[in-house]
Amino acid sequence: MAPPLFWTFAAIMLLFGLMVIISRNLVTSALSLVVCFMALAALYVSLDAFFIGVIQILVYAGAVMVLFLFIIMLLDLKAEERRRLNLPAFFGGIVVIALFVKVLFDVSYGFQDGSASLPAIQHGQQPDVWYIGLTIFQQYKLQLQIIGTLIVVATIGVVVLSKRELK
Amino acid sequence: MNDSAPWIILFSPLIAAALITVVTQPFRKTSSYLSVAAVAISFLASLTVFAGPHREGSINWIDLGVFQVRLGYLIDELSKMMLLVVTGVGLLIHIYSIGYMKDERGRSRYFAALSLFMFSMLGIVLANNFIMMFIFWELVGVSSYILISHWFTLASAADAGNKAFIVNRLGDFGFMIGILMVWSASGTVMFEELGPKWSTLGLNPIYINAAAIFIFCGAVGKSAQFPLHVWLPDAMEGPTPVSALIHAATMVAAGVFMLARVFFLFEPAPVALGVVLWIGLITSLLAALMATQQDDIKRILAYSTLSQLGLMVAAVGLGVPEAALLHLFTHAFFKALLFLGAGSVIISLHHEQNIWQMGGLQRKMPVTFWTFLIGALALAGCPPFAGFWSKDGIVASAFDHNIAAALVIELASFFTAYYMARLFVVAFLGAHRSEAASHAKESPPVMTIPLVLLAIPAAIIGFPPLSTFFLQVPEREGVPTLAILVSLVVFLAGTFFGFTLYREKSKDPILIPLFANRFYIDQFYSALVKWTQDLFAQIAGFVDRWIIDGGIVRGLGGVTWSCGFALRFLQIGNLQAYAFLFGLGVVVLLYLILFAS
Amino acid sequence: MVTLNDYLIVSGLLFAIGFAGVLLRRNLIAIFMALELMLNAANLSLIGFSRFNVQNGLPDYNAQILVFFIVTVAAAEVAVGLAIIVALYRARHTTHVEDLNSLKF
Repeated sequence: MAPPLFWTFAAIMLLFGLMVIISRNLVTSALSLVVCFMALAALYVSLDAFFIGVIQILVYAGAVMVLFLFIIMLLDLKAEERRRLNLPAFFGGIVVIALFVKVLFDVSYGFQDGSASLPAIQHGQQPDVWYIGLTIFQQYKLQLQIIGTLIVVATIGVVVLSKRELK
Repeated sequence: MNDSAPWIILFSPLIAAALITVVTQPFRKTSSYLSVAAVAISFLASLTVFAGPHREGSINWIDLGVFQVRLGYLIDELSKMMLLVVTGVGLLIHIYSIGYMKDERGRSRYFAALSLFMFSMLGIVLANNFIMMFIFWELVGVSSYILISHWFTLASAADAGNKAFIVNRLGDFGFMIGILMVWSASGTVMFEELGPKWSTLGLNPIYINAAAIFIFCGAVGKSAQFPLHVWLPDAMEGPTPVSALIHAATMVAAGVFMLARVFFLFEPAPVALGVVLWIGLITSLLAALMATQQDDIKRILAYSTLSQLGLMVAAVGLGVPEAALLHLFTHAFFKALLFLGAGSVIISLHHEQNIWQMGGLQRKMPVTFWTFLIGALALAGCPPFAGFWSKDGIVASAFDHNIAAALVIELASFFTAYYMARLFVVAFLGAHRSEAASHAKESPPVMTIPLVLLAIPAAIIGFPPLSTFFLQVPEREGVPTLAILVSLVVFLAGTFFGFTLYREKSKDPILIPLFANRFYIDQFYSALVKWTQDLFAQIAGFVDRWIIDGGIVRGLGGVTWSCGFALRFLQIGNLQAYAFLFGLGVVVLLYLILFAS
Repeated sequence: MVTLNDYLIVSGLLFAIGFAGVLLRRNLIAIFMALELMLNAANLSLIGFSRFNVQNGLPDYNAQILVFFIVTVAAAEVAVGLAIIVALYRARHTTHVEDLNSLKF
């Protein structure tokens, strides 16, 4: 992908990510997150991970964010009230984040292999879904089953947790 | 036969003791006869040994190559003489005990302990090396403890036993250090090897003197010299035959015997000899002074023993151990005689020991009276009885070498004559001083025969032809006229004073609290012990309260509590704070892993 | 030409933004959304590595399978988490994180 395109999508993603954590209104946050996910999906596609990009939109933007919005509407949550800022905690957080970013940049600049250019791939006979599916069902059979069980358990858990009162 | 005789001497009392303890304890009469029989066997074997040649033999007891302990016997003039004394006097006292302890319930225990004592004492006499001697030294201390506290239900008897053992232990500690010094310097503990070797080793004179002084500590403890003399008077709490055997004739003589045995250690050590001399002299004089004010007949005799032992030790210090041994030899006989005589009186008067409650026993108890007189004269140094000859030997050497020592000895002899006269006059002469004295009657033959048998050697054994048969007498050139003259004068003066001051008196006309309270030495010791114990208790209390309780127990608890208190502030329940800490931790970790190592 | 480092830096920045949200926001649901941001940042870096690790002319699909699983688990986690938040709201009638301090000593 051409660099300008990459940087555009990256900028959108970061900008809207910032919006998520800055805006006071919860719905604004949720919708900003949706846009962020969209941009992220574009980045996935730029990396030739088409299947994952589609999954990102379907699952995250489509199901998870819808769930978030459902809950926000259900609980009828108002905007976050203004409370007095806890200055020490605030600055502590800022310091940690700053340190983290510093470490991030230090690592990146030390990472030699990171400045290689995009290696060529032969766009194979099959789409990447084919390869991913093959690998999952050949090498990761057990993990797949466990994930399935996990989802079932989560579903049951949600049902139990949402009951009003367990008589 | 010859080679096994020493072993028979040594082990027959032990077998008797074992049999009595295990088998015949309920049968009191059998136990007593068993014990007497064992001593008789030892005595007969000693006679054969006496007639035989000098020899030595041993068996290996512990053999670890570099460390060897042998158990053996050394038969020479010294041990031959001692064997006869120990087994002979021992036999007579065993027989006497049958009468003295007739009504006792604990007779089996008594005879078992007596046999154990014989075994231990014979071990010391026969020993041919330091280690064996030390082992039997300690055994003798144990036997003495058992016998002193025979009537252990009496608090004073139990305390006396403890005192004897503990004070002995102090002396033995020094003794052990001395043995170790000798052993490490010369590499051997056998007396026959050590004798010629010691002076050729070329050791530092300080070392030689120190080793000799430490060895002397053992004698100070066992023979009750100043300052460890305090146990002997208290040891009179035991039965009188015990006092006679152990604290007159044999055990206390073990110290002097040991000094004679290892005299080669003292020959090159003039400082040590000086120490020995003066301790002996001090003991002799002090004890004589203390005896002049005592009222218990056994105590007077105990102090007399102390005084005579001091004399023997002083003789060793003068460099004439043969004179000391001669005096030991004669002293065994007349002191045992005196004690047995006292026992006879005590039993007749139904366990009365205060001389002011006696009196007028001349007609009532003739045998006791005359034998006691012979013993008293021998002790006071009246010629021609045995004590005169042996004491004269020591005094003559003193006049030759050290006038100051001679003067002290003569002073002590003056007081000896004085207190013996006092004792004899008050206890035997004059009118009856109490009800019990008027009903006294002579003791049974089983007790009086040993008295007579002891009186004979007390009378005559000092004469040179007889004494040289048994042991080596110190050599003299010419007759020591000055010494004999002074001794005679001293004897007559002392007896005269004692006789006139105490004749026809019903209570003591002279009271000197210092002597009567034994120079307050006992009080000083108990104050010293109390002070030391209080000090230790204070230190221990401090350590316990502040260091262990405060520092360690409460300290550890306090530290843990403080840490907990500090860490509690992390549990704030605020999830974001936790997340903050997570993030901080992750960043630090990343930094450390990636950049710091 | 876009290098792997660019993708990694972008992913890292997104992660930092998400972490800042977790630390600094007071509303439970907002915190939860920021949590999702962090997960996605991780996904992005994984896909980046997958693409730049070419073997036999094909990208390394193991990372993409991992991303697939992460997405699944994140979805399940969101479901359960929101159910918990709903239950909590019913009990305390607040979603303000400072009011939930019953774990305090």
